[in-house]
Amino acid sequence: MKRTNNVEELRSICKQTRRRIIEMTGAAKSGHPGGSLSAVEIVVTLYYDIMRHDPANPRWEDRDRFILSKGHAAPVLYAVMADCGYAPADQLNTLRKLGSPYQGHPDRRFLPALEASTGSLGQGLSLALGMGAAAKLDAASWRTYVVLGDGECQEGQIWEAAMFGAFHKVDNVCAIVDYNKIQLDGFVKDVMELEPFADKWRAFGWHVIELDGHSVADLQKAFQEAAAVKGRPSVLIAHTVKGKGVSFMENNPKFHGVAPTPAEVEIALKELQ
Amino acid sequence: MPANTKFELKLGMATREAFGQALAELGRENKDVVAVDADLSKSTFTHTFAKEFPDRFFSCGIAESNMVGVAAGLAAAGKIPFAASFASFVVNKGFEQMRVLVAYPNENVKIVGTHCGVSIGEDGPSQMAVEDISLACSLPGFVVLSPADEVCMKAMVRAAAEHKGPVYIRAGRPKTPVIYPAGKSFSIGKAEWLREGKDLAILANGLMAAQALQAAEQLESEGISAAVADMFSVKPLDKEAIVKAASTGAIVVAEEHLVDGGLGVRVAQVVVETCPCPMEFVGIHDTYAESATPEQLLDKYGLLSRDVAAAARMVLSRKK
Repeated sequence: MKRTNNVEELRSICKQTRRRIIEMTGAAKSGHPGGSLSAVEIVVTLYYDIMRHDPANPRWEDRDRFILSKGHAAPVLYAVMADCGYAPADQLNTLRKLGSPYQGHPDRRFLPALEASTGSLGQGLSLALGMGAAAKLDAASWRTYVVLGDGECQEGQIWEAAMFGAFHKVDNVCAIVDYNKIQLDGFVKDVMELEPFADKWRAFGWHVIELDGHSVADLQKAFQEAAAVKGRPSVLIAHTVKGKGVSFMENNPKFHGVAPTPAEVEIALKELQ
Repeated sequence: MPANTKFELKLGMATREAFGQALAELGRENKDVVAVDADLSKSTFTHTFAKEFPDRFFSCGIAESNMVGVAAGLAAAGKIPFAASFASFVVNKGFEQMRVLVAYPNENVKIVGTHCGVSIGEDGPSQMAVEDISLACSLPGFVVLSPADEVCMKAMVRAAAEHKGPVYIRAGRPKTPVIYPAGKSFSIGKAEWLREGKDLAILANGLMAAQALQAAEQLESEGISAAVADMFSVKPLDKEAIVKAASTGAIVVAEEHLVDGGLGVRVAQVVVETCPCPMEFVGIHDTYAESATPEQLLDKYGLLSRDVAAAARMVLSRKK
């Protein structure tokens, strides 16, 4: 697989990933394009630059772990994993079809290179902290990254886990909140406001970094900062735009869980040239 | 199979205490064994392990959902986690996590629920797990165990650690009669015949196994010959043992659990699939209990040897 820390190259990979997300969800005629598009820079920066991993050896003991706790954004992870060589790239358009490695939500039974089967919101942070605790016990150097949705942080289990992470000083875990401000029923602030969001995480004892979640350079810097923080876990509050990159999807709650039509796919792919 | 000698049932330790001892022993042998608890370690007896292996014990506070999730993460990274709390809390509050983070990815997590049934006594129904077996059995891939005494519990803790995959073990609060000789070996999925009999078979587990044995003695004095088997392995069930029980022509199932979804209905499914015969069910019937002494509650909710014997007479009256 290609690895790079070059911002321009990473941005180009992001664009290609966005095209794949549109093609996949368009072919599937269902799925969650909005929250996949908002997380593109986060996932791409991790897989192509930050994370230690080897597609030729997916069970490598010292690999960094990645958990997509907001499992409905599976298309972004599938596009990246396929491009890295973890999964067949020529089958991406079988997303959500019978027997596909690309199940509706990440399913380790169909795609063994996944670290976790997810889809029920609120659970990935606990899983990540358990992994992090195990790595600390073994004095291992691998880190665990977990991407949370903003709406997902309305789940009580997130805050149970947040307490655990700080109390047990699980500093090898880095959570990233894809803060795109939209959930299924509408805008987060209208469904169940999270603000003051960063203050909540700080109060729970986490090292908080707020940033533009579409800036590859800011993400690179934040991941490096998080890795240097000892004694407590870190959370990146990544301000993003739902549907980022496709004009009619951006900030449009409709595209949380609705796939683009063939005509919309065509327009979107043109915009992503 | 044992001869039908009269059982001297001496009171042993609670199965939860036996769990705690066995966990600490395992901890000494295998550094990958870890434990998580939710502020009940003195009650679940994980505190023995915690004291000896503080680095491998993770206090989760009163947060069972996260506790099960953390256990799943520890397992995913190669540890053998035991997650313990009252059964009513770890199974009910951790059920979604047992489903999505443990059963669905077939993670190597061992859930131990203590304080099962009405025999916890005074604390009342909010603390009494009467549906845990039903819930755990509903999760594909889970092994579900309900040991009757300290000997079986210790063996099952060890068996759970050796088994690769999700396990739920049910433990009780009160001191429990000892049924088995120390060091006896058991296998997951294999029932233990405690007594021979030809008129009917009583299948029981947990503290009802001792009650079943006492009932069988009472029945013998009435000229009724009752076989008794300990069905500590609720899932997988020992189908051969059930077929053998059905060959007597009548079965009583006894459990300290809601009859709906418990051992009884699981046995009945095997019976109707193989060799149908009349059955009676001793258990808790579609209700929640209340505060009282354990003895008063076992009496009021029909969980004594007397009730097992009555069910035996009833099922014999239906036997053709």
